[in-house]
Amino acid sequence: MTLGLVLALAAGTYAMRAAGPLLRGRLHISERGRWLLSVAAVTLLAAFVTVSACYESGSFAGWPRVVGVLVGGVLAWRRAPFVIVVLVAAGVTAGLRAL
Amino acid sequence: MRSPKRTDRASDTARLLPAVASMALALIVVGASLGAIAVSSGAPLWLVTVMAALVFAGGSEFLVVGLATAGAAPLTVLLGGWLLNARHLPYGLAMGDVLDGGLGRRLVGSHLLVDEAVAFALAESEPRRRRRAYWVAGTTLYAVWAPSVLLGGLLGRGLGDPQLLGLDAALPAGLLTLVLPAVRDRPTARAVLLGCLLAVLTVPLLDEGLAVLVALLGTAAALLPVPRVRRGADVSEGESV
Repeated sequence: MTLGLVLALAAGTYAMRAAGPLLRGRLHISERGRWLLSVAAVTLLAAFVTVSACYESGSFAGWPRVVGVLVGGVLAWRRAPFVIVVLVAAGVTAGLRAL
Repeated sequence: MRSPKRTDRASDTARLLPAVASMALALIVVGASLGAIAVSSGAPLWLVTVMAALVFAGGSEFLVVGLATAGAAPLTVLLGGWLLNARHLPYGLAMGDVLDGGLGRRLVGSHLLVDEAVAFALAESEPRRRRRAYWVAGTTLYAVWAPSVLLGGLLGRGLGDPQLLGLDAALPAGLLTLVLPAVRDRPTARAVLLGCLLAVLTVPLLDEGLAVLVALLGTAAALLPVPRVRRGADVSEGESV
């Protein structure tokens, strides 16, 4: 692990982050286009959540995490407060692991 | 004229605070575990802290620490990290209205573009609240990330295993809480379901970062005409196909 590697990763990541906001100032995007972009962002975020709930460095993360996140999801769907969702998800996962 | 606006802002921030604070707390623990893992696998702590401040994308930082200290080729590590962070490009396009304003604002705001900040923004439907949520979440999470990595490295292995506390479920669950209200209509729901399915199925075949990008194909499901099952004239039409 070197400083060069870190700088290259940082530069590439920042370029990908800034590209959208910088382009958006120049492009005219229709109402429908904007809606579609936000659908894409929600989809991406949901996929990221699903993948990080199910996998740990490429292999199955194990049932405790999956069940914990699912229970959290049900609570969130029932409009439980954020803090409760996070605590219960962690608690369920920890509990299942301790069994 | 000014004060009502200011109280609006203050109440918006106050409303966000419990959620942002608990997200920050979860992130602190994750950051601390990154620091502890880095130190125990022999990476220099200053470098990991610099990385936390400059990259500010947890997943790719874990990847770098894991792969680089295991002796993987730098180019492999770099490509893996870039790929994992490629989702920020479509995020940035979608956050265009949140990050409008001067060039400086856009450049600074871009660095705060993380899954959590995007999620806080998308959970709001009104533009002004959306912007507020993005900036409050983004700056708070940025402020805690690098220091918690440093702290974790200094405390080292005395921290214990965050997995035992189930904290690996806390961040996905927190993000999920924010994603749900962003699924406002049926087309979005279809896109999300297809996207998640595609991502989960492709992880074993592809890299994790790539699998998340594959989910973008799910967006197409939002464009499909809604199939309606109706009685009468439409049925005969359907049967002839």
